[in-house]
Amino acid sequence: MPDTDRVIQRTSSVEERVDAVQSALDERGLGASEAVDELGHLAQERWIPDNGARVVARAWVDPAFRRRLLANGRDAVTELGLAMPKHHRHLVVLENTAKVQNVICCTLCSCTAFTVIGLPPDWYKDLQYRSRVVRESRTVLREMGLDLPAEVEIRVWDTTADTRYMVLPERPPGTDGWPEDKLAALVTRDAMIGVARLAAP
Amino acid sequence: MDGIHDLGGKQGFGKVRHTPDATAFHARWEVRVNSLYGHAVRLGLFNMDEYRHAIERMDPGHYLTASYYERSLTGLATLLVEKGVVTREELEQRARGVFPLAAPSAPGRSNAAPRARFRPGDRVRVTLDSVPGHMRLPGYIRGKTGVVVGESPAYPFPDAHAHGVASEDEPTFDVRFRSEDLWPGSAEPALVHVGVFQSYLAPAG
Repeated sequence: MPDTDRVIQRTSSVEERVDAVQSALDERGLGASEAVDELGHLAQERWIPDNGARVVARAWVDPAFRRRLLANGRDAVTELGLAMPKHHRHLVVLENTAKVQNVICCTLCSCTAFTVIGLPPDWYKDLQYRSRVVRESRTVLREMGLDLPAEVEIRVWDTTADTRYMVLPERPPGTDGWPEDKLAALVTRDAMIGVARLAAP
Repeated sequence: MDGIHDLGGKQGFGKVRHTPDATAFHARWEVRVNSLYGHAVRLGLFNMDEYRHAIERMDPGHYLTASYYERSLTGLATLLVEKGVVTREELEQRARGVFPLAAPSAPGRSNAAPRARFRPGDRVRVTLDSVPGHMRLPGYIRGKTGVVVGESPAYPFPDAHAHGVASEDEPTFDVRFRSEDLWPGSAEPALVHVGVFQSYLAPAG
């Protein structure tokens, strides 16, 4: 008689596995389906780079805010109505200059200040970026379209604890007197990760 | 643990698949996974260190071939089974097939004692410790010397927090390393900064 317990089974698809987890939690009254609706909405509509773009634009036009942001990022973004998860106890804002390019990464997983700069793009979570950006940053940036002059110092920040980082890009030339919302529209997620610089409009 | 997740500086990986309009999600199930793990943390079923460690315990072959959200799903399901919320059998019945989970955990450890205090500008040396459980120390800085540039508020100590071991919260120090010191002769010049837990650091001469 065959040992039916040992029959080799196919591996379930990821969708089937997600269904399994969600339905198992729902059956225990743990509210999984409601959470998928609620947190799914937050992830797609609220945790977006527009938040960080507002922070950057404010820092460009308001020197006192810029100082507060660089001194204590978490408190400063709260002024703009932005929240960070409880376990993100610290937000370090890294100011780019003509001579310094800060770049953030997470080699051990894929941590970001997602409520501020948005959930990380796919490439940030890929093995290629995680493995290479700490060791061959200049080449990686060039491959991603940012060819930095040799005199620019690259500073890579590996998010290995629950401190979060965001890059404050340089304000592009030719934007004097622009209102904050128009400035914010120039700011990209890539610039807040540090793999891009903002071009003049 | 010296796991496959510890990718910083590993060689052989190809070009970053970068596009300016890259999205966070590519399928509805990815959004659902992200929500479900966040919900489980919010419910207190497990903490972030347990979650990260569960992903690190995946079979290396599976880890390298799974997408980010499949890794997240595997960590979530592993912890739900380990915490007794659901059995593997039930998950596999519901999923109508094998549900790959991560390998069991090894024991954790508490903070180092004593722990030194550091200020910006201090030179520090990173521990040579290697543990079977969770650790937030990328292998590429092990034993290396750098300079403190910042200090964080106190966080739960990962080596303990991922394993239900009692410990004190402790700060991390942002430590600046020269890439040429991390990979002598085979790194492009840059300053690499790592958030290093106090227990992993000692004063350097």
